[in-house]
Amino acid sequence: MFAYAIQRILYTLPVMLGVSVVCFALVHIAPGDPLISILPPDASSELQERLRILYGFDRSYVEQFFMWLARVLQGDLGTSIASGRSVTLEVSRAVGNTLMLAAVATVLGFTLGCLFGFVAGYFSNSPLDKLASAAAVFGVSVPHYWLGIVLVIVFSVGLGWFPSSGAGPGGSANWRFDYEHALYLVLPAITMAVIPMGIVARTVRALVADILAQEFVIGLRARGLGQFHVFLHVVKNAAPTALAVMGVQMGYLLGGSILIEVVFSWPGTGMLLNTAIFQRDLPLLQGTILVLATFFVVLNLLVDLLQTALDPRIKR
Amino acid sequence: MRAVMRLNPEDRSKMGGRIVAGGQDVTRMSRRRLNRFRGAEAAMIFQEPLLALDPVYTIGMQIVETIRVHERISRADAWARALDLFERVQIPSPERRLNAYPHELSGGMRQRAMIALALACWPQLLLADEPTTALDASVQIQVLLLLRQLQRDLGLSIIFVTHDIGAAVEVADRIAVMYAGRIVEEASARDLINTPRHPYTIGLLKSRTHDAMVKEHKLDTIPGAPPDLANLPEGCAFAPRCYLAQDACRRGVPDLQQLEGGRTVRCRRIDRTAPELRSAAAQ
Ligand code: SF4
Repeated sequence: MFAYAIQRILYTLPVMLGVSVVCFALVHIAPGDPLISILPPDASSELQERLRILYGFDRSYVEQFFMWLARVLQGDLGTSIASGRSVTLEVSRAVGNTLMLAAVATVLGFTLGCLFGFVAGYFSNSPLDKLASAAAVFGVSVPHYWLGIVLVIVFSVGLGWFPSSGAGPGGSANWRFDYEHALYLVLPAITMAVIPMGIVARTVRALVADILAQEFVIGLRARGLGQFHVFLHVVKNAAPTALAVMGVQMGYLLGGSILIEVVFSWPGTGMLLNTAIFQRDLPLLQGTILVLATFFVVLNLLVDLLQTALDPRIKR
Repeated sequence: MRAVMRLNPEDRSKMGGRIVAGGQDVTRMSRRRLNRFRGAEAAMIFQEPLLALDPVYTIGMQIVETIRVHERISRADAWARALDLFERVQIPSPERRLNAYPHELSGGMRQRAMIALALACWPQLLLADEPTTALDASVQIQVLLLLRQLQRDLGLSIIFVTHDIGAAVEVADRIAVMYAGRIVEEASARDLINTPRHPYTIGLLKSRTHDAMVKEHKLDTIPGAPPDLANLPEGCAFAPRCYLAQDACRRGVPDLQQLEGGRTVRCRRIDRTAPELRSAAAQ
């Protein structure tokens, strides 16, 4: 197991290198001169030249890449063009908010998904299964920005139960774990949880139905195990795959929530990406993507290791 | 076999008649009573232990779990018993094997582990559903001998289902031959091999390979193929393949007839089977 873990960690290095090359290249792939957005339209060519040297654009790409990489490894993602603040600072604050939202959504989606999945799998082809499966299909197919807007209309505008946007009084800097702030989490978390809920439910349903059809379940019953004990066996058999699916989903939640965060003005990475794109803030964009990609890689690594630890059938 | 434990899905199978085990009718047991019956009073070994054991639990965990479902006993004591069981079924280095997952054992080891698991709560009745079919020939014999020995040591009753009449002869005191879902002949093992009376039993015994090898004969086989169970021929199910079949055989299923020595046969023409075999033996 230990050797496998080391090996698996080493495998992430080339992946990370690839990720950083792509992130670096972003600035140069993007059409137009990266300096345009910070220079006043009437800047002299002398000033342009000075900035070009300052940003290192006069050197070769390879040289630029390694200079950039060296700074990144020291935790310096550069300076945001639009706000003039450190990208590292902006990203880490946004990451905190997104993580919180994603964590709540993950727990919610995973719990509901497992619940629906188990019910559907255990009572497959019964009306209960149809109902749970319908919920799952709804989850994967409903456009979540649309769902977000509907939820806002019903629960914020109509019923006034939950606030419609933002991260609570004082913005993201003043976040506290209290009732007042938690209210702001409810609607975005539900919206975000719907997709993983559907995917987990479908996976778990298939898993459970498959496990229940296996001969060892008859073996378990032949030993006199009651419903509850058999259920525990089913859970343990389904867990590695279900967790792996959830891990991947959580990866998507961390990065792919742009639409939800924009709908709810949630100050997370998705919101930050949105701002960076519309303001052509390339260093900010670069930094955010790099951090998100790193999260994705690390999360996959963790899921992999967890699955290996849980499932004895995977060779270590 | 599975019906004895009521393992068939309740909603998709019909059960009639009675199944009496240890003076109790299994068909009338409550769910609770049934769970106590399964494992503790009657246990089952399956044809393919790799499929019948939970792949993500170690063998030891499964034995301990079974014991603790049926008895109030500490984990450590249950583990000690599991170890004892592994020694009884002659598994070398039992400590290590208890901590193994099913897929980590060889076929023979797995079947021994399955037997240990079945014996975990000292049942009186052991149902063996073709337990040696999936094993290599040399391992088959070891497992048969082991079952025989356990049966003597523990005073077990074993119901042993097999397609291999040679294996049946090896382990059984009494043999019931079934054809198309019905018992066609039942007798003590010795009577059955020495003087089979049903044409199907005679055919089965003739088709054993070692006879053909010893006598340098070609292998005797029973002509034809087993009937479709959903669409049984009227009358004696064996009639289409029977060398003694007459028109009378095709009218109604023959009754089981009691013969001397506590044996029964389901055939209309047993008067013809007794001398026929004597002449065959004289050859
Ligand atoms: S009843 Fe007739 S057909 Fe059936 S086994 Fe006996 S002789 Fe053959």
